[in-house]
Amino acid sequence: MLIKLTGGRVYDPANGVDGVVGDLYLRDGRVVAPPRADERIDREYDCRGRVVMAGAIDMHTHIGGGKLNIARAMLPEDHRGDLVRRTPLTRGSAGMAAPGTLATGYRYAEMGYTACFEPAILPVNARQAHLEMGDTPIVDKGGYVMLGSDDFLLRLMAKGESQKLINDYVGWTLNATRCLGIKVVNAGGISAFKFNQRRLDVDEKHPYYGVTPRDILRVLSRAVYELGVPHPLHVHGSNLGMPGNFEASLKTIQAAEGLPIHLTHIQFHSYGTEGDRKFSSAAARIAEAINGTPNATCDVGQILFGQTVTASGDSMSQHRNSAVASPKKYVVMDIECDAGCGVLPFKYRDKNFVNALQWAIGLEIFLLVNDPWRVFLTTDHPNGAPFTSYPHLIRLLMDRTFRKERLDLIHPDAKALSVLGTLDREYTLYEIAVLTRAAPAKLLGIPDIGHLGAGARADVTVYRDDTDRERMFSAPEYVFKDGEVVVQGGKVVKVTWGRYHTVQPDYDRGIEGRLADHFARYQTMRSSQLVISDDEMHAIGHGGEVLVHPCRTGTR
Amino acid sequence: MPQSAPLPDQFTDVACPFCGLLCDDLVVGHSAGTLRVLAKGCPIATPAFERAPGATEPRVRGRPAARADAITEAARLFRASRQPLLSGLATDVAGARAAASLADRTGATLDHMNSAAGIRNLLVLQDGGWIITTLSEVRNRADLLIVAGSDIAGRFPRFFERCIANPKTLFAEDRACDVVILGTGVPDGIALPAGRHTVIPCDPTRLHEAAGVLRVILNGGSLDAGAAAGVPLDTWKGLVERMRQARYGVLAWAAADFAFPHAELTVQALAELIKDLNRDGRWSGLPLGGSEGDITADMVLLWQTGFATRTSYAQGQPDHDPVHYSGERMLARGEADLLLWISSFNPARTPPETPAPTIVLGHPAMRFAREPEVFIPVGTPGVDHAGQLFRSDRVVALALGKLRDSSLPSAADVLAAIEAAL
Repeated sequence: MLIKLTGGRVYDPANGVDGVVGDLYLRDGRVVAPPRADERIDREYDCRGRVVMAGAIDMHTHIGGGKLNIARAMLPEDHRGDLVRRTPLTRGSAGMAAPGTLATGYRYAEMGYTACFEPAILPVNARQAHLEMGDTPIVDKGGYVMLGSDDFLLRLMAKGESQKLINDYVGWTLNATRCLGIKVVNAGGISAFKFNQRRLDVDEKHPYYGVTPRDILRVLSRAVYELGVPHPLHVHGSNLGMPGNFEASLKTIQAAEGLPIHLTHIQFHSYGTEGDRKFSSAAARIAEAINGTPNATCDVGQILFGQTVTASGDSMSQHRNSAVASPKKYVVMDIECDAGCGVLPFKYRDKNFVNALQWAIGLEIFLLVNDPWRVFLTTDHPNGAPFTSYPHLIRLLMDRTFRKERLDLIHPDAKALSVLGTLDREYTLYEIAVLTRAAPAKLLGIPDIGHLGAGARADVTVYRDDTDRERMFSAPEYVFKDGEVVVQGGKVVKVTWGRYHTVQPDYDRGIEGRLADHFARYQTMRSSQLVISDDEMHAIGHGGEVLVHPCRTGTR
Repeated sequence: MPQSAPLPDQFTDVACPFCGLLCDDLVVGHSAGTLRVLAKGCPIATPAFERAPGATEPRVRGRPAARADAITEAARLFRASRQPLLSGLATDVAGARAAASLADRTGATLDHMNSAAGIRNLLVLQDGGWIITTLSEVRNRADLLIVAGSDIAGRFPRFFERCIANPKTLFAEDRACDVVILGTGVPDGIALPAGRHTVIPCDPTRLHEAAGVLRVILNGGSLDAGAAAGVPLDTWKGLVERMRQARYGVLAWAAADFAFPHAELTVQALAELIKDLNRDGRWSGLPLGGSEGDITADMVLLWQTGFATRTSYAQGQPDHDPVHYSGERMLARGEADLLLWISSFNPARTPPETPAPTIVLGHPAMRFAREPEVFIPVGTPGVDHAGQLFRSDRVVALALGKLRDSSLPSAADVLAAIEAAL
């Protein structure tokens, strides 16, 4: 089947294509070079006056796993306000801040997204996370597995075991749990909370193991690098949400000692202590650090005003923040000597000084980080806002008049404290394509998504060009997934199940005996239960292909 | 799928699907379809694994029928139904997925045989939330366990052996966890070291009162009473002192044992007590459940639709109501005109009596007071076929293995076949 998308304006930053009007050809699920003149075009789509990009990629979105299902259980009011009716093609579902997986997949596709990555998979919860992602239709999926507060790692570190042994453990974990990268959340802090510690600074010793968050960040970033895993260590920093935490963020960047490091939802970690309220923007300091540190990348975790729910592995921070839950309910869990989580609903208000400044800080970071390849468009769904608010966020970035109108509506003291009103930068369509397509694919090490060169997966989004960028990005005219139209006129027209993206770095299997012994002695399940088999992945993903992406070699 | 290898005659590290603990250290022997638990059995697991495999032939109105004919008849009943009810739901992840799909397709209501207990916890989660923990944390960290009005040892026979009585933990070679039982006594068979447990005789229906009093004492309030919940105030004061001194306290309950009206308020009183204890120390709840796949069904429905069991698809979209969509209530009031009952773990969990036409996907050894219109014997996940189940703590899902070759289909296969036949 040869498909031609005719005459669209193509934005494909990975191949340096910036708004060039031209034709795009798809065959058997791939983008192909222009065919010979005598080849028959099976289907042609008129894309004149349209904008053509690769399918969008959300590199940090909480779509699957225990904490999201807790959020769903907690929030029937969220779901009752957003019911999804069944159609002959699609299933019933519900929810906005914590949508069901079915609604999640349909809505992402309807916004032109074709791949989503769950950033916080606990090893003991990986089976559930994959089951949930497996029930998320249309989009490709993958995840980052969480280490850094697990007693196995902390014991290895406390005993002064070698980096090589830690690498083996990290490698085993990635293989067993079928993940694509390693995440660390409040390094050591989730464990420290179990010992009744309420905060843990980057250079503060863990109350039992004596290691510091900096030590944990150093060994994990090194492990990821030495195993050749393409995606850098994905870091949720220390002291989330606390005034003055930008200093912890700067130390976190240093802790990688020059190795690649990704700072996630950096907005929540860019707070200063200036002003009468002792809460201020440190976005300029953070952006300066990112700009000056080529090994560092970040995603923003923009907040947008309205009701949402915060769901995080950071039990320590979530418990600290539990008093501000809105409505007033929260869940905090200690989990399996492995990790933890905390879930609390939250309503961000534009007339609340702190929330208003959080909003401004996120936008300041977007506008002050110079290199669009090193800052990613996220709301940390659902923590800053539901993913369905991305089109609104894109308009805020692309349209300074709109942005300044919105700035006039927020709490006046927050506006006065922010430099946002002085920032005239407007993102271009090319830059939006970098943030949401080319850069995430590159950072994840997936060579055939996020671009439109020959050989790429035929995941393509076609938008009606519209000066109202929010309207434009809300409802693409066509979305192709693997060369098939899955969305037309902003509605799902075909349901598929997407693929999994994983890595399987080499490691010394000697670690397996040690893990088996540890689990038999201390845990309440066998270490073999952490391993998700091929048969299981096949059934979990409705038969969707499980791709194993190559790791770099020769870095050890 | 790969060709299945011949089955060995002994399995180690077997995960047991018969209660919410999902112990995965059993040794099970296999001979000609009969299983023997050789190690790490318990009063629930051993008879369940060793139950003789029953007849595998489906029946339609009591007469033996080919499986295809039974499925055709089930589909016919669905077509004739205006308000079907899918209940029981004692199955694995795949079965729950298939049930949700069939319910969505047919506008049915979904309930679970244990949801009356689950709802007591769910309502608390929806109203105030809680701070809870999981089994391995208890095994390694707990130094004081309070059991609130629940027969944990009866429902989860190896809980004390695996989580409380173990001397070796990540942090100690000689750990000792004290146990306080708020209840009528120590059930038989609890593997507790002598002298480490205390009983405070408190009726479960008065636990909310006890929790309230403990909170007042903990928060420095004064009480003009000599006793509360039938227990002298000094006893409660002594308990608060012990709770304050615990490094990692755990308060456990099994909501299934709170079989009295508005027991969710009891669970909430316990949950709020635990929140207060976390102002200065570390305490967690441990709500125990997960038997008959009850948590599994909730988890699957929650992630697909946002709503737990007791959800109806009759309006073309999910509609959750923890009271209205009780399957038992709907049957009693004639609001459902077809019951599909799934019960794949325990032949004693038969469908409720109803005049409505009934389809049972059940354990082959099941006996009925009234023969259902359609009976299709199905395999037990973790015995007759592989599967996945969620453990009590709602975090760990275990992979279950296949231990014998039987001709029994899985509930998921049958449900998918019924949907395909519609």
